[in-house]
Amino acid sequence: MAEFWTSYLLPGLIIALQSVVLLVALLIIIAFLLLADRKVWAAVQMRRGPNVVGPWGLLQSFADLLKFVFKEPVIPAASNKGVFLLAPLISCILALSAWAVVPVSGGWVIADINVGILYIFAISSLGVYGVIMGGWASNSKYAFLGALRSAAQMVSYEVSIGFVIITVLLCVGSLNLTDIVMAQKGDYGLFSWFWLPLFPMFIVFFISALAETNRPPFDLPEAESELVAGFMVEYSSTPYLLFMLGEYVSITLMCALTTILFLGGWLPPVDIAPFNLVPGIIWFVLKVCFVFFMFAMVKAMVPRYRYDQLMRLGWKVFLPLSLLMVFIVAIVLQLTGWTA
Amino acid sequence: MPEVISDYLPIAIFIAVAGVIGLALMVAPFIIAVQHPDTEKLSAYECGFDAFDDARMKFDVRFYLVAILFIIFDLEVAFLFPWAAAFGELGWFGFWSMMVFLGVLTIGFAYEWKKGALEWD
Repeated sequence: MAEFWTSYLLPGLIIALQSVVLLVALLIIIAFLLLADRKVWAAVQMRRGPNVVGPWGLLQSFADLLKFVFKEPVIPAASNKGVFLLAPLISCILALSAWAVVPVSGGWVIADINVGILYIFAISSLGVYGVIMGGWASNSKYAFLGALRSAAQMVSYEVSIGFVIITVLLCVGSLNLTDIVMAQKGDYGLFSWFWLPLFPMFIVFFISALAETNRPPFDLPEAESELVAGFMVEYSSTPYLLFMLGEYVSITLMCALTTILFLGGWLPPVDIAPFNLVPGIIWFVLKVCFVFFMFAMVKAMVPRYRYDQLMRLGWKVFLPLSLLMVFIVAIVLQLTGWTA
Repeated sequence: MPEVISDYLPIAIFIAVAGVIGLALMVAPFIIAVQHPDTEKLSAYECGFDAFDDARMKFDVRFYLVAILFIIFDLEVAFLFPWAAAFGELGWFGFWSMMVFLGVLTIGFAYEWKKGALEWD
């Protein structure tokens, strides 16, 4: 019994504590990223954005949370109630659970598993279940059509994201996320990160990440002019909040993945005195915020795609392009005699 | 503890903690929010009309086709993962084996394209 206590329960409690810290920090950061998203959007349109709750509207997201919690949860009479309530839970929990393997600084990771990127890939593939279940269980036409569109869109771009990840893995030779970041540590600082040698793939990954998370200009599932709110149309109160939270958690996850795969994770951009003294976590958060800013700018500036254009881009442009890049990267590495 | 547990137990604990947060948010309004349901409020939203018929209707076969294509290509990607991880040690034999596999799939892809499975007009 004493052995059980020291070797299982105590480490388990420490891990649980770490998980709580990571999740709470993540949710607080997302609360501010959400505000930043709205502020950027407002600034591009020459508006002021939310500015009433707290100084400069900083507490807007927390006020929104309270409002969601005090709203009446409506469960449509024709819906399948169990599935209807399970769907937002699934989307939110799946989106959060991918963060278990994301290293936010050297050694700062909940589970440093060898197949980290495969785990993230698997979890983000499962995310489509929340959407399908929500849309189907609502028993509403808008929700049903929105769910179909959303599912088709998510799986289409999942494929090109997979091939982009393969090109990075070819250069690294490991599925571990910490190894992927360490492989980008070179003599040229930010020019040894993978965004430069794999440049077309960096762009393909960024655009696919937008489509994968249903961000504008690919927000067709909730194109408010045609499908009102897509698969979320029947949801209210915190079930809706969980869908939206799940969406923003996966957006931040995609920003973190872009950072880890292409922007050198927690590595400083220049490996000299003032920069490499800054803790890795700061660089990581700065880079994630930078990628998120790009996401927000795209949302503010680019007009929405049409559905056939979206599918054409995914299947006829990105898929052949990333397949070709897998071939090119493999043959270049093989010819230059690269070994792991 | 054994390595497999020390690697994957943290993930299980993390998912459990995430589940508690999600569940707490989910349950909260059912406890504290005021609820006055009525027939109109609980009917499906259809721009103010009563729902004409059940929403589980026929849908375009292309969505089904996309799902099938996704399975093929996602399996291909899953198959490429171990190959990419071990690429440095495989040499030319490993390289050409995978290229033949990719070539076969590319032929299939070209066929789908030509047949119009990727058209959304």
